[in-house]
Amino acid sequence: MGSLNVDLCGIRLDNPIIPASGTFGYGYEFAELYDINCLGTFSFKGTTKDPRFGNPTPRIAECTGGMINAVGLQNPGVEKVISHELPLLKQCFHKPVMANVSGFCVEDYAYTCQALDKQEQVGWLEVNVSCPNVHGGGMSFGTSPEAAAAVTRAVKAVTTKPVILKLSPNVTDIVAIAKACEEAGADGISLINTMLGMRIDLRTRKPVIANKMGGFSGPAIFPVAVRMVYQVANAVKIPVIGMGGVSSAEDVVEMMLAGATAVEVGAANLVNPYICRDIIQELPRVMEKYKIHNLNEIIGGAK
Amino acid sequence: MKQSIFEVLSNEALTDNVFQMILAGDTSHITNCGQFVNIQLDGMFLRRPISVCDYDENTLTIIYKVVGKGTEAMSAMKAGTRLDLLTGLGNGYDLTLAGDRPVLLGGGVGVPPMYNLAKKLRQAGKSVSVILGFNTAAEIFYEEAFRALGCQVTVTTVDGSYGVKGFVTDALPENYTYFYTCGPEPMLKAVYRATNTSGQMSFEERMGCGFGACMGCSCKTITGYKRICKDGPVMKKEEILWEA
Repeated sequence: MGSLNVDLCGIRLDNPIIPASGTFGYGYEFAELYDINCLGTFSFKGTTKDPRFGNPTPRIAECTGGMINAVGLQNPGVEKVISHELPLLKQCFHKPVMANVSGFCVEDYAYTCQALDKQEQVGWLEVNVSCPNVHGGGMSFGTSPEAAAAVTRAVKAVTTKPVILKLSPNVTDIVAIAKACEEAGADGISLINTMLGMRIDLRTRKPVIANKMGGFSGPAIFPVAVRMVYQVANAVKIPVIGMGGVSSAEDVVEMMLAGATAVEVGAANLVNPYICRDIIQELPRVMEKYKIHNLNEIIGGAK
Repeated sequence: MKQSIFEVLSNEALTDNVFQMILAGDTSHITNCGQFVNIQLDGMFLRRPISVCDYDENTLTIIYKVVGKGTEAMSAMKAGTRLDLLTGLGNGYDLTLAGDRPVLLGGGVGVPPMYNLAKKLRQAGKSVSVILGFNTAAEIFYEEAFRALGCQVTVTTVDGSYGVKGFVTDALPENYTYFYTCGPEPMLKAVYRATNTSGQMSFEERMGCGFGACMGCSCKTITGYKRICKDGPVMKKEEILWEA
């Protein structure tokens, strides 16, 4: 059997599969279904300085090949995550976890990242500058190179663990933003967050989602994600985590060929809660089919 | 929660657009009445959450209204069709609080989850009143099924074409010990106001996953934020917080 392990910013992953933030809670719902220690790691629910309820409902709309969500960063706040969620997680997950962080100003990001950086269970900080569902925060930091670099610098100044900037596809030049993060000291880049989308109900003639717009994810956005991962991976030297519509072991291989060191799986978890376990089980067969002995050898292999 | 394959045994129209589907499969993870299942359909990304009407060791009965592409596809399914279901979702009704004379109020496709609840309450020896609310006579289903369980059944229709004219709240009995209800939100609000005992209500919301992972169906309650799919869909009257 070929080797599945990869190195993500100096930490070894047994395999490159990482459930994406917002689709895996704080892990324990899925731990009831299967042993989540089979995962490379997972990125926990986007956490902010203060508790948030998020947006009004409906927050979900279905699309061809995917879905739109406008949850709006519902989370209990970093204090409660540290006091309540992480101890619960410790009982069922024994690997370093990826802490996903959002904020509404540079100071918020730094505060939350500093607090999570001190937690032994946290392996990486994934800094979300790309949430399309909150006003005056999230994505507004990820749509300009200067703002993304400012968040990166502020977080790097107060943390010791690898900092991965999660980027938005809703920009004209994602490469410029990725490079600005790299220059500001980012240890990795993850992409893509959801694409801004909208559905309208023909009966009511109103948007399906209460927040009107939301983040479009699912298999339909996979080609956009592959393209952007390819562009960014060819422009930066730091590792890239690819995500966006990944639903199979074949998709994982394609994402790695585009330049991803590890691969996050998002919306697919909501439809098939066992998908990440299944992909990990399926990877060796797909590697054998395509004559891959070691996953590291295919990272960025598409020229 | 369990993911498993079920086979359609029968799928028949109860009214113009309401269908009853009986499925065979592993029901061992359905632990309570008032829970729901989440059904995967070909060509559709999200699963369809449908309440459990009745179940036994090997079969599951669901009743659904055709409202969109998913339920339309379901309505055309023949016996033998295999479906991927997540079962055992949601909390379900707490039967221990019923008292001796509970009243059950179901509106439209809020009627189905009342059926297994009524069955269990009757098995526990309760005197069960059931009020079934519909818009018009042509929409009525399951009146006889509830009678066959030994419930006192009243049907209300908004247009007065059958039974009591009006809403379920117009047919509340004089004396009851507790209430259980499921139906559209305006009905739940009316039941909340009209009842003089404690009770439980089942809520509906657009869901992403149906098992508590995505926070797509959250609501505010007096006891904090809850996910309708995982912490609900059943809430106690005392914890409900109506938003403007």
